[in-house]
Amino acid sequence: MSQTPETQQAKAAFIASKVGLGFWIYLMTDLVLFASLFATFAVLRNNTFGGPGGPQIFNLPYVLVETIILLTSSFTAGLVTISVSRANKRLALVFLAITFVLGLSFVAMELSEFSHLIHDGNSWTRSGFLTAFFTLVGTHGLHISIGLLWMLVMGYRIFKKGLTVNTIRQVTLLSMFWHFLDIVWIFIFSIVYMIGVL
Amino acid sequence: MKQVVPPEVQIASRRTLKGYITGFLLSLLFTVVAYTLVQTHLGNGHAVVSNNILTIVIAILAAAQCIVQVVYFLHLGEEAKPRVRFLAFLFMILVVTILIAGSLWIMNNLNYHMMTPEAINKYVEQQSQGGF
Repeated sequence: MSQTPETQQAKAAFIASKVGLGFWIYLMTDLVLFASLFATFAVLRNNTFGGPGGPQIFNLPYVLVETIILLTSSFTAGLVTISVSRANKRLALVFLAITFVLGLSFVAMELSEFSHLIHDGNSWTRSGFLTAFFTLVGTHGLHISIGLLWMLVMGYRIFKKGLTVNTIRQVTLLSMFWHFLDIVWIFIFSIVYMIGVL
Repeated sequence: MKQVVPPEVQIASRRTLKGYITGFLLSLLFTVVAYTLVQTHLGNGHAVVSNNILTIVIAILAAAQCIVQVVYFLHLGEEAKPRVRFLAFLFMILVVTILIAGSLWIMNNLNYHMMTPEAINKYVEQQSQGGF
């Protein structure tokens, strides 16, 4: 059975647009997961059970640095998409590597913050407030870690296979995922940290 | 086999560096403004504005930054008709609003109705300070 290039292109375009939409729907449902954790945090924010509250444990300059690192990595993830669309494999790999390093430093900073809190006796078992805090921020950190794993796989695939239809589509979805995680972090930064210290 | 460019990439190739830089700078601005407001507020001992007003200001800044990133990074506005993604996005906002506002409403109401006698006295005292 033979197909003309036009129908094949239309078919591939149709499949690709469905994949993009499916991933978008996944992102929306993931946002509902985060919303339920935000709601839990908002409800439990004052239940400190005699333990420390936000003003005592949050280090604002530290969180600002974390935020700017993640924001910059979201920007470089956008630059990966641009390099890919201009068929520049080397530049795409360079920006993917930069995004990976920035994401890794973000996770390292977050883990260091967590270990300080636990070391001071303020782990998730201390109070309802800290349980909600660790669950919300930890779930975001888990997503970031999975994104980092995905970046490693993508970097390897682009390096091996070059910019094919499949790798281009996958790296586009990866950058969508990364931008989405940065948007979730805006709300963690604003609601948990900024409003939390007032 | 002929290589076919998926529509995401066709759209992406029309995207410019300028859009990403604009989004990045605006996001940076909103973040730093929110941070500076909070630090100033803590520095002057909550003197200039009340906590409630600052909370609303920070929430507005967060929403503005969210819109900036959805438009410049996720390119929600560039979708062709029918705008299925935009519809899914709006529906998600509705679900999130119901989830968060509803949880706060129910739990605050529950706290209000489950007060101990001491807590009721304290609450009435606090309310009367503001004038009935």
